[in-house]
Amino acid sequence: MDATDLARWQFGITTVYHFLFVPITIGLSFLVAGLQTAWSRTGNEKWLKLTKFYGKLLLINFAMGVVTGIVQEFQFGMNWSEYSRFVGDIFGAPLAMEALLAFFLESTFLGLWIFGWDKLPKKVHLACIWIVAVGTVLSAAFILAANSWMQNPVGFKINPERGRAELTDFGAVLTNKVALITIPHTIAGAFLTAGALMAAVAMWHLVRRPGRDTAAFRSAVKLGSWTTLVAMALLFITGDIQGKIMTEVQPMKMAAAEALYGTEQPAPFSLFTIGTLDGSRPVWSLDVPRVLSFLATGTFDGRVQGVNDLQAEYAARFGPGDYAPNIPVTYWSFRLMIGFGVLAALFALWALWAIRKGRSPAPERRGTRLLMWGMIALPLLPLAANSFGWIFTEMGRQPWIVFGQMKTAIAASPAASSGDVITSLAVYTLLYGALAVVEVGLLLHYARAGLPDVTPPPATESDEDRPLAFAY
Amino acid sequence: MELSTLWFLLIALLFIGYFVLEGFDFGVGALLPVLGRDERERRVMINTIGPVWDGNEVWLLTAGGAMFAAFPEWYASLFSGFYLPLLLILLALILRGVAFEYRGKRPAASWKRRWDWCIVFGSVVPAFLWGVAFANIVRGVPLDAGHNYTGSLFTLLNLYALLGGLTTLALFLTHGAIFVALKTTGDIRHRANLLAERLGVFAAIAAVLFLGVTLLRRATPAAVVLAVLAALCLVGGLVANRLPSRTDPDGRREGWAFAGTAAAIALAVASLFADLYPFVLPSTVDPVTNSLTVANASSTPYTLKIMTWVALVFTPIVLLYQGWTYWVFRKRIGTHHIPDEAAQMPAPGSPPGSRAAAG
Repeated sequence: MDATDLARWQFGITTVYHFLFVPITIGLSFLVAGLQTAWSRTGNEKWLKLTKFYGKLLLINFAMGVVTGIVQEFQFGMNWSEYSRFVGDIFGAPLAMEALLAFFLESTFLGLWIFGWDKLPKKVHLACIWIVAVGTVLSAAFILAANSWMQNPVGFKINPERGRAELTDFGAVLTNKVALITIPHTIAGAFLTAGALMAAVAMWHLVRRPGRDTAAFRSAVKLGSWTTLVAMALLFITGDIQGKIMTEVQPMKMAAAEALYGTEQPAPFSLFTIGTLDGSRPVWSLDVPRVLSFLATGTFDGRVQGVNDLQAEYAARFGPGDYAPNIPVTYWSFRLMIGFGVLAALFALWALWAIRKGRSPAPERRGTRLLMWGMIALPLLPLAANSFGWIFTEMGRQPWIVFGQMKTAIAASPAASSGDVITSLAVYTLLYGALAVVEVGLLLHYARAGLPDVTPPPATESDEDRPLAFAY
Repeated sequence: MELSTLWFLLIALLFIGYFVLEGFDFGVGALLPVLGRDERERRVMINTIGPVWDGNEVWLLTAGGAMFAAFPEWYASLFSGFYLPLLLILLALILRGVAFEYRGKRPAASWKRRWDWCIVFGSVVPAFLWGVAFANIVRGVPLDAGHNYTGSLFTLLNLYALLGGLTTLALFLTHGAIFVALKTTGDIRHRANLLAERLGVFAAIAAVLFLGVTLLRRATPAAVVLAVLAALCLVGGLVANRLPSRTDPDGRREGWAFAGTAAAIALAVASLFADLYPFVLPSTVDPVTNSLTVANASSTPYTLKIMTWVALVFTPIVLLYQGWTYWVFRKRIGTHHIPDEAAQMPAPGSPPGSRAAAG
């Protein structure tokens, strides 16, 4: 394994890990803002209790997203300096803007929200969590615009003298059609994740702690499950559009997603394959006729190009080389993304069904035991779907780091030795592993703890000496 | 003025902001076991920076992003060249950030002790290594014709750079002690004053030595003026830290003292950047061809123009709301302000009525 492979493993591990926390942060900050708004509007204490309860889970998760995000920003320069030199004129701007416009908002207003319960007027305090939520989406939009440029580079020209890509139209970068569809798709995925987490935790309480805060947890199951279902619908719509855009700008990725070697018209959608996916006849496969044609082109008899034709086309255009990504990885990650996402929506539906019309799942019933297992799986399913979605997107772009412009093989840092990269890979893996144990332990602890008491402290003490409403 | 020069100034400004702001929260974190004699005092210290440390850290992320956008060659050479020190800094910042958020989440003393060590490690290591890094930037490092770093870890650990590390560490410790004195009441405030007096002497000696050696190597008029002003501000701050407060007989003039150390850090960093210009990363090998300068490291004028507009519009907004946070949390805190631990710690199985509200 050379330094480039090690750097790729490091990018994969740190990015997938970072993106376990990001979607929860995005989705849950909006849901918590919604809960606090409900409290502000109705004065019903159950909303305040839920705000504080899910707010705590949000904060435990937020910290991990923040610290793992620092690694992401440094990593381009540390491991991918040739890439950074090549794209910096274009790719750096969204990163800088993400920090200036989004990170400052998120960190500052999150601090105000955490510590400001007794220091800010109620409305201002509520505005803080909304600003945090908007900040998380802004941040996602900038970084996805940057990533979309790697998938579909636009608004630039190559300067052969400097050997780099130079920005000619920043508006084109921000309105890249890949970015415009990837942003809603990713945000919808974030809501799928946060909704599933909210519903699952609340359902656990309804079953395990019957009679305690029932009304509040019923509301949370409904809010979480409906969020998950609506998010799934949006994921289907945006994913469908994304597929068509991908077919247009990265046809090889679409062909790889289907392990479609020969060009077909109409093309079937492969649900499942037993075999090597190397272009030889599969042992067994389940196909739905014409569906791939529809996914890729919007018509049921559209022509979908296969890997072999595209390989020949790219070799003629870019010179000799292997232009197909790792087919088994792209084929399976694409299916696992969809499968886990759909399963999450089904489990959310199950949760809604279990509490329909004021019912509550009886602890002694066999079905309830099964439901509990479903609820344990529910928050994990979208996390898996998100991870496979990113693995598909990034692996499907290979061998390119910037599609059609720069290959991954020449993008790593000449100054970073294999020893350097092995060291950092080992440090991150060990550290991230240990932090995962701590984080999950805390999340479970606070998720089990149930809703906090929200009676205000006695107002007898003078304002000056009153203990802080919240302190680390 | 060329846009690339403007961006050199803006990046200098971002690093100045970062070191002035995170400088004191590094100091507070590093002094946790020194000034915090018991759990309550340690919590007082952590809560003086609780609402603001994360926002302070974003100055670094913005500086890094701005460097990537405005000087991609600088970002690429620096980050890939200073690989292992940056890895250590990242490790430290990760542990520190998680520690602030997680240390209060379980009651066990062993849990808190472990996170306290993460905070100390996470504060001392970057406070030292940023000095090492900036000393090496000013001094220059071996670069090849492709601007790639060709030295090893030990190239970076030269005496001059280690002196730079000691300087930032001592400055941030002093700055942090004065911040604790500025933001607390009671016994801990008094002890922070006394500690700042002693640390301040070390900081002053280290800073004068380091800036002196820097200017002996290569001096520009602006760098000399800024360095002298930095030294004066530091001395002024340390004097203010000894003068009795006019409103509170127990206290010192901590506001002026803090302004003094803040200005000293800002001016010292400014002096380093003034000394560096027009280079961004000089090469010690074939300096004429291999060095990175404001001219050969920068992005295109088009990118810089867009970035300039964004910075002009949004930086004042950021400064406004970040300033507002400091105003919201302006009050001093003492041990009596720290809520009981049990009030924030849910214990599964206990009746819900026994717990008080917590964010």
